[in-house]
Amino acid sequence: MTNQTVADMKTKSPITAKVTASLAKRHAKESRFKLLGRLAVALGFFLVLILITDITYKALPAFHQHWVKLEISYQKDWLSIENSNKESLQSANYRKVLKQSMYKMFPQANGRKNKRKLSKIISSNAEFTIRDFLLASPEYVTQKTQVWVRVDDDVDTYLKDVNASGEAGARIDQKQALWIKKLVDDKRIEKRFNFSFFTNGDSREPELAGVKGALTGTILTMLVTLVLSFPLGVAAALYLEEFAPRNRWTDIIEVNINNLAAVPSIIFGLLGLAVIINMFGLPRSAPLVGGIVLTLMTLPTIIIASRASIKAVPPSIREAAMGIGASKMQTTFSHVLPMAMPGIMTGAIIGLAQALGETAPLLMIGMVAFIVDVPASITDASTVLPVQIFLWADSPERAFLAKTSAAILVLLGFLLVMNTIAALLRKKFEK
Amino acid sequence: MNSSTLIFVILLLALFSYWFAIQRAVKVAGGVTKVKHLTALPKQFGLLTAFWCGIPSLIILLLWGIFESSVVDSFLIASLPESINDLSSDQLSLYLNDIKILAENPSELLTADPEQQLLRQSAGYLAELQSNADWLKSALILLTSLASVSYLLSRFTAEFQSRVKMEQIIGAILWACSGVALLTTIGIILSVLFESIQFFSAVPPWEFLFGTEWSPQTAMRSDQVAATGAFGAVPLFVGTLLITAIAMALAVPVGLMIAIYLSQYASARLRAIAKPMLEILAGVPTVVYGFFAALTVAPLIRDFGGWFGLGVASESALAAGLVMGIMIIPFVSSLSDDAISAVPDSLKEGSLGLGATPSETIKKVLLPAAIPGIVGAILLALSRAIGETMIVVMAAGMAANLTANPLESVTTVTVQIVTLLTGDQEFDSPKTLAAFALGLMLFVTTLILNIIALKVVRKYREQYD
Repeated sequence: MTNQTVADMKTKSPITAKVTASLAKRHAKESRFKLLGRLAVALGFFLVLILITDITYKALPAFHQHWVKLEISYQKDWLSIENSNKESLQSANYRKVLKQSMYKMFPQANGRKNKRKLSKIISSNAEFTIRDFLLASPEYVTQKTQVWVRVDDDVDTYLKDVNASGEAGARIDQKQALWIKKLVDDKRIEKRFNFSFFTNGDSREPELAGVKGALTGTILTMLVTLVLSFPLGVAAALYLEEFAPRNRWTDIIEVNINNLAAVPSIIFGLLGLAVIINMFGLPRSAPLVGGIVLTLMTLPTIIIASRASIKAVPPSIREAAMGIGASKMQTTFSHVLPMAMPGIMTGAIIGLAQALGETAPLLMIGMVAFIVDVPASITDASTVLPVQIFLWADSPERAFLAKTSAAILVLLGFLLVMNTIAALLRKKFEK
Repeated sequence: MNSSTLIFVILLLALFSYWFAIQRAVKVAGGVTKVKHLTALPKQFGLLTAFWCGIPSLIILLLWGIFESSVVDSFLIASLPESINDLSSDQLSLYLNDIKILAENPSELLTADPEQQLLRQSAGYLAELQSNADWLKSALILLTSLASVSYLLSRFTAEFQSRVKMEQIIGAILWACSGVALLTTIGIILSVLFESIQFFSAVPPWEFLFGTEWSPQTAMRSDQVAATGAFGAVPLFVGTLLITAIAMALAVPVGLMIAIYLSQYASARLRAIAKPMLEILAGVPTVVYGFFAALTVAPLIRDFGGWFGLGVASESALAAGLVMGIMIIPFVSSLSDDAISAVPDSLKEGSLGLGATPSETIKKVLLPAAIPGIVGAILLALSRAIGETMIVVMAAGMAANLTANPLESVTTVTVQIVTLLTGDQEFDSPKTLAAFALGLMLFVTTLILNIIALKVVRKYREQYD
C-alpha cells in the first residue's frame, strides 16, 4: 500500500468519519462536565466565605460598647445616709442618686412616663458602676462629679446603626433619640472596647453578658474529657493492636467501635441522662458529667486514630526489641508507644475538637440552665460555649445577635488553634 | 473524707508503697550490688506493689459510690414510722428529699418548724448515717490497701516473678479499657430499650409507629383540655425524611462533583487550598450551622419566596435542609474521593488510551468501579443527616405538621427528643419516655444504615486488593 491509500482510508473510513463528526459534541460534553466540577468547587469556597463573613460581620458590633458620661452628684439625702462610713456607703440608695442626677441633666423630661424613658437610656447596671466609683473614692460624698456608665443595649444598637441622627429608631422613640443626640453633641458618649464580654458571666442584659462563664465551663469540661478519654483510648488501641487475640470477642469490639463512631451524638446525651445522672446520681449540668458523656462520644475517634498510628510503627522495631530480650509489654511501652505518640496526639486533638463543638448531648444532661456564676469546680452547675451560643441565639433582644456571633468567633478561634496544633504535629512527625 | 481526698490519699499511698517496695526488693536481694540476682528489676517490684495498693481500694471506692445512697436510703426508710412508709412512692421520695435537704443544711435544722419533729429527727439520723458511712468507707479502703501491700511484701523473695505479675495486671487494665466502648454500646441499648419498654406499656407500639398525630403534652389532671397526649410519630418521621432528602439533594451532587474535580482535574495547587476549605466546612460546629440557618438562610428564603408570592414559613424545612446539606458536603466528598482514588489506575489509563475523553472515563469507568464506595459514603452521610440535632433544633419548627411541602415548617425526631427532655421533667411520664422511644428509633435506624454502609464498603475493597 502506498502512503496515498492509507491517507484515503483514513479520511474515507466510515468509522473515522463518525468519530470525527461526534468529536465536537464530545468535547463540548467534556467541557460542560469540567465546568460542573469547577462550579461545585466554587460553590464550596463561596459557602465558606459567606459563612465566615456573615458571622464576622454580625459579630463586629459586640466587641465595642458605648459608654456615657453622667453628671452624678452624691448628695446625702439622695443616698439616704447620715454618715459616710463604709457600711452606709455600701447600702446607700444609688438608684435614687442616678435617677435624680439624670433628671437634673435633662430637666425637660417631666412626668413619670418621660422619666422612665430617660432612665431606660442607661444600663440597669449603672447604679452599681456609680456605687463602685464612690466606694473607690469616698471623698466624693456630697460632691458632684462625672462618671462613665454603660448605655442600655437598645441605645447601644441604635448608636451603632444610625449614628445619633436624632430620629427615632428600633426600640428608641423620638424623645429618647433627641436626648441621645444631645449627649452625643455634648461629647458625653464614647465608644470603647468591650472588655466585659471576656470578663463577665452570662446575663439577661445584653450589654453585661459575657462568655467567661461558658469559657470556663468549656475548659473544665474539656479537661475532664482529656483526662478520661486519652488514657482510655490509647490503652484500648494498644490492647486491640498489640495484644488482642484474633477471635470473635475482638471482632465484636472492633465492629462495635466502628458503629459507635457513627452513632448520633444526641444518643450519648440520652445515655448520660439515663445512666450517669439518673442511675449513678451525679449532679446535673456539671462539667464532670458533660466530660464523661463527651469522653464516651470521642473515644471511638481516638481509638481509631491511635490504632492507625500504632499500626504504622514498622514491625522491625518490635522484632529488634523482642530480639534483645524485651518482654512484649516492654516493647510496647518503651518502643511502639513513643513512636506512635505523634499520630495518637493528632487523633486525640481532632477528637477533642469534635467534642469542643458538640452541643446536643450536653442539652440532654441539663447544661442549658441560665447560669450567671463562673463555675469553680467540675461539679458546679455550668454551661459551655456551644450551648451558650444556642441559648443566646434564642434570645429575643437584638443585641444578643452580635453577642452570639462574637461567641461563635471565640469558639471558632479555639477550634482553629486546636486544628493548627494537630496539623503541625502531623507535619513535624510525618517523616 | 470525701471521694476526691480519698483518691488523693490512695495515690499517695501507692507512691509510698512503690518506694517502699523498691527498698524492700533491694534488701531481699541482699544489697544494691546483688540486685542482679533478683528475677525482676526493683522498680518492677515497686510498680507491682503500687498496683496492689491502688487497684483494690479504687474498686471499693467505685462500688461504694454506686451503692452508698441506696443502702443509706433503705436504712433511713426502715427507721421511719409506718404512717410514712405507707405513702405512695412519689410522696415518699419527696419526703426523703426534704430530709436530705435538712441534713445538708444543719442551720435550717435549728430553725425548722417545731411541728416537724419527725423530719428533724430523721435528718439528724441521716446525717449520722452518712458520717458513719464516710468513716466506714475511709477505714475499709485504708485497711484494704495496707493489708494487700503487707501481704505482697511478705512474699518477696529473690525468685519472686514481679515482672510477669505486673505485666499481667497491665494487660488486664488494657483489656478492661478496650471493653469501655462495648460497655458504652450496652449502656446505650439498655437505657434506651428499658425506657422505651416502659413507654410502650403506656402507648401501644403501633400507635407510636403509625399514628399521624403528635402532641406529647399529657394531662396533669384528668379534666384538662388540649392535652390528650397523642404519640403518633409519623409526622416526625416524615419531617426528618423531608429535611434529610433536601440535605442529600444538595450534598450528594455537589460533594460528588467536588470529589471528582479535585481528584481528576484539579492542579496540585487548587487541591492544596480546596482541601483546607472542605476541612473548615467539616470542622464548623453544628450549633454554628444552626445559627446560620436560623438567622441568615431562613429569612433569606422567606424574603425570596415573598417576591414570588409564596408563603414561606419562617422555620421552613428548606432552610434547615439546605444548611444541613452544606454541613454534609465535605463528608460526601472526602469519602467519595477515597472511593474514586482506590480505583486502580490501569482501568483509567486503559479507557483514556482507547480514546475516551476524561469525562467519559469518569462516567463510564471510574464511577461504576467506585460505586460501592460512593454508595457507602452516601449511606453514612444519610445516617449523619438523620441524627443531626442542632441545625434542626434551631432552624426547624416545633409543630408536628404532616406535610411534604419544603416551604412549610416541620419537626424532626431529634428536635422532639431535645424538646421533651430539656427543662423540667418527671422521669416516668409518657412524655419523657417518648423521647427514649424516639431515641431507640434513631439508634436502630442509624445502626442499620452504618452496618449496611460498612458492609458495602468492605465488600468493595476486597475487589481490587
